[in-house]
Amino acid sequence: MEHIISLFVRSIFVDNMIFAFFLGMCSYLAVSKTVKTALGLGVAVTFVLLITVPVDYLLQVYVLGPNCLVEGVDLSFLSFILFIAVIAAIVQLVEMIVERFSPSLYAALGIFLPLIAVNCAIMGASLFMQQRITMPDTNSQAITGIWDAVAYALGSGIGWLLAITCLAAIREKMAYTDVPKPLQGLGITFITVGLMAMAFMCFSGLNL
Amino acid sequence: MSLLSKANKEALTSPLNLNNPVVVQVLGICSALAVTAQLEPAIVMGLSVTIITAFSNLIISLIRKSIPNRIRIIVQLVVVAALVTIVSQVLKAFAYDVSVQLSVYVGLIITNCILMGRLEAFAMMNKPWPSFLDGIGNGIGYAIILVIVGFFRELLGAGTLLGFQVVPDWCYEHGYVNNGMMTMPAMSLILVGCVIWVHRAYNKDLQ
Repeated sequence: MEHIISLFVRSIFVDNMIFAFFLGMCSYLAVSKTVKTALGLGVAVTFVLLITVPVDYLLQVYVLGPNCLVEGVDLSFLSFILFIAVIAAIVQLVEMIVERFSPSLYAALGIFLPLIAVNCAIMGASLFMQQRITMPDTNSQAITGIWDAVAYALGSGIGWLLAITCLAAIREKMAYTDVPKPLQGLGITFITVGLMAMAFMCFSGLNL
Repeated sequence: MSLLSKANKEALTSPLNLNNPVVVQVLGICSALAVTAQLEPAIVMGLSVTIITAFSNLIISLIRKSIPNRIRIIVQLVVVAALVTIVSQVLKAFAYDVSVQLSVYVGLIITNCILMGRLEAFAMMNKPWPSFLDGIGNGIGYAIILVIVGFFRELLGAGTLLGFQVVPDWCYEHGYVNNGMMTMPAMSLILVGCVIWVHRAYNKDLQ
């Protein structure tokens, strides 16, 4: 239990998807102009992460790993193709479920839902999860069971949500400031994210 | 049609500057930031992306007429994933140290937006040869930014280039200190911000 809580908190603050690994940066920069849409995308990403990472975990442990399917065969070189197929399929599935049961949420998320399939945060979380399975149990980053994978996915998603909402709030205010002309728009956004990442670096000593 | 007609040359060279995938179109930022702490992984990453963009453009362009429109994203993803798997296995076999340094970011080339962007915008409606050139152009445009950022981060952060020490010892004896901040992820964001600033200051029409 302790390990799960520690994994969860660490993946929000210390191993933050945006500030520590720059995953999902494209949509992060493109969709962070207003807080409302940013929040919607953040929730959608968290949701998809929460489903795909545990599914990919099960695939990795029961199908791809060494000696799983066939004795003496390690299929992990197939993981890229299999993971991306799972992600694309689950995004499609989530889209259909949301459309069926909550049309209002579906309308609010709009184009962002299908685009999540090519969001690197999802693929990145799956690949990191694959790396963390091989770590020794004593390591606080290790993923040893399905609930660890769920906690890691939820934490990463919430971390991403937090980051995109903060940036959107800052950018809403920044629209009124006087930035040098060549730096306007993209340039200043990068520097803002850099400063936010520096602020998040103070969590790096955090140990639970 | 000649192999390097005006339109083909345009496809090859415009991504290098005015249509740069990273600083103008803001695609493929994730890996551009994460692998640039040193120059060597930056170069390898740039090279891998160039190869994958060029060949996935070529393959998709060759089969573009037989892809059903509704499932084209999946087809593109599978082609890209297959190419990335090949590159990743080759890196593991011949440049193991670099492939360890790049860790998950090689796999993340699959979700690199440059690839999907070029496949959707160019390869789906152009002939194989221009698509191939477009892929090479965009890959090199991406690699240039990686090399610039990697150059400054390694030079200022560790005083080395490609692992060789370039800041002479007497500088350290007179109190010069490496800027450890440069090796942190946060500084790569600020460096890319500065690259964009300089690029836009020179190209006034992009402002």
